[in-house]
Amino acid sequence: MSGRRIFTRPARLAAIAPYLWIALFFLVPFIFVVKISLSQTVIAQPPYVPVFDLSAGAGVIKAAFAALSLDNFKLLVTDDLYVLSYLRSLVVAAVSTSILLLIGYPIAYGMARLPQRWQSVAMMLVIVPFWTSFLIRIYAWINILQHDGLLNQILLALHLVSAPVVWLSTDSAMYLGIVYSYLPFMILPLYATLAKIEPALLEAAGDLGSSPRQAFWLVTFPLSLPGVGAGVLLCFIPIIGEFVIPDLLAGSDSLMIGQTLWLEFFTNKDWPVASAAAVVLLLVLLAPLLLYDRLQRRQLEGAQ
Amino acid sequence: MNEEAAKIATIADSPKPEPQVAADRPLLRIDAVAKKFGGFRAVDKLSLDIRAGEFFALLGPSGCGKTTLLRMLAGFETPDEGHILLDGKDIAQVLPHQRPVNMMFQNYALFPHLSVRDNIAFGLKRAGMPRPQIATRVAEMVALVKLEGLERRRPDQLSGGQKQRVALARSLARRPQVLLLDEPLAALDKKLRESTQLELMELQRRLGMTFIIVTHDQEEAMTVASRIGVMDAGRLEQVATPRELYEAPASRWIAEFVGEVNLFEGQVQPHESHRLAVATRDAGTVFAAQPRQPVTKTNVCVAIRPEKVKLSRRGPAPDALNTPAINRMEGVVTDVGYLGGFTTYKVKLDSGAVVRSSMANTARLDLDAYSVGQRVVAWFTPDDCVVLEQ
Repeated sequence: MSGRRIFTRPARLAAIAPYLWIALFFLVPFIFVVKISLSQTVIAQPPYVPVFDLSAGAGVIKAAFAALSLDNFKLLVTDDLYVLSYLRSLVVAAVSTSILLLIGYPIAYGMARLPQRWQSVAMMLVIVPFWTSFLIRIYAWINILQHDGLLNQILLALHLVSAPVVWLSTDSAMYLGIVYSYLPFMILPLYATLAKIEPALLEAAGDLGSSPRQAFWLVTFPLSLPGVGAGVLLCFIPIIGEFVIPDLLAGSDSLMIGQTLWLEFFTNKDWPVASAAAVVLLLVLLAPLLLYDRLQRRQLEGAQ
Repeated sequence: MNEEAAKIATIADSPKPEPQVAADRPLLRIDAVAKKFGGFRAVDKLSLDIRAGEFFALLGPSGCGKTTLLRMLAGFETPDEGHILLDGKDIAQVLPHQRPVNMMFQNYALFPHLSVRDNIAFGLKRAGMPRPQIATRVAEMVALVKLEGLERRRPDQLSGGQKQRVALARSLARRPQVLLLDEPLAALDKKLRESTQLELMELQRRLGMTFIIVTHDQEEAMTVASRIGVMDAGRLEQVATPRELYEAPASRWIAEFVGEVNLFEGQVQPHESHRLAVATRDAGTVFAAQPRQPVTKTNVCVAIRPEKVKLSRRGPAPDALNTPAINRMEGVVTDVGYLGGFTTYKVKLDSGAVVRSSMANTARLDLDAYSVGQRVVAWFTPDDCVVLEQ
């Protein structure tokens, strides 16, 4: 009887731990960001007012609350720069995720059909690039893509082009960088679901009159959809906020929201607008997450 | 187009599969089929004929090649050598989805993302059957396997027994010429397995379809099948009815594999013509009925099933024991196993050999029981013995 209590309390605490973690390291900072987004820019340190000074007494804090405004959010909606940045982020994320799915699915499918002992080797090959710093790998791409880089040298040597092609600072270079960097995040969840599909199911489909192609579309693909969902989310969400890859590989004529945010924060020193942009970004990202969650819940309910 | 239409017609219209087989030709002829995996001969030049309407069981220990043979019939493996003739046509190289054969898989292999109804309709849709006909056929199949009311459930919402029924309905829906069953009842518990065996037999008789079942469970094979092929190391050791298999095993291996058996090794003695006398190391001279085929070797093995070995107390012997040709051996009971319907005894003979006997408990009151340590006579008639060449 008392033994039960001894075990339940730590168990309950363990269940609370992740929530505490999220509250401490996500929710509290996020409340700061929301607060800053409602403030005004000043040339000062920190560069915004009002600042809550808890030593100043209740009256001043009340006044500080009254000084908060939604002006920054109005700016975000009315200024083309921000709207276009959001749109570009969504487009880049959507296009990149589609390319990732088109490339990642066949790779994951191939991996799942390898003999068992080769599957772990293939998995290693997918993961190995992570062992090198991400920035160094992007700089390596700059080396490859630049005017006298490896790619142009090869193309010239093969007489496929007569003059060096401009690769760097183009959207193509950016997409290449994004797809290259995010491919493992697409492949791994896809591989995990595809490898779980029982081979007997495909035999059953064949036995019941499906050609291998039909069996793929009627059995393998529907059963891999949870992996598709996970892979798409794992790529789409971080790509929307991507800052480094477009900054290093794309041209500077149009910006993704991550770049705009960075500019506002560090170059313009406009913390309130940058914070407002971050809050809106989070709301934009919440939509696909909620959708995915709902789909998964429906699937679970269907299974019960 | 024409071919397609014909395919639909065969799957859709025939009320029962009535393969046009000439009386003298088997529905399925397996002709010297061989399959190797690396250096391992899974199936070794095996030939077998199966008639239309038969319930045939492939029985054997694991690794004997029975599943490989079944998978070759389904088309999942291609034979290295030999022919598989279905209704006279060689299908050895035909792809699985183009064979008029369906399989019920060991773990059912139900499509987890489809409902019971869609699982059953899967094969019908692939055959291009019109929708209303599919609905009728699915309803018919659901009724056949008694799954009414569960049509919308997903496989993970079903019990093991229900899944087994869905798998059966799905494999029967296309009305295959031959239904292959790969250990179809292995995942069910004992009680359910026994009742399902009976239902399977009943179903097969009613549909008049040809069933081929693979199993490692000899009781299951004996219960359901009209003929059993016992396989070992890629070869058929014996093909016979359940009774023949048990009462007239073709080899010592079969005798030991199917059921329990007492074996006495020995040499054939010159003796009377209608009986065979075998001088055994463990039990003296044992008389056996003359086998149908004359024994050619002198080293033989006499096999006797435990339920044919009777026990008696010493002292005044029953009349039957007075016949000179009766086999009798004295020993001490060393082990008694009461199993409800019958009791098994182990009797240690004076030579040290152990003879097993099992006797039905025909009376509730235990007048006939023997206890450990008791000296008894174990006896059996020559007609109950089988002589096996080693």
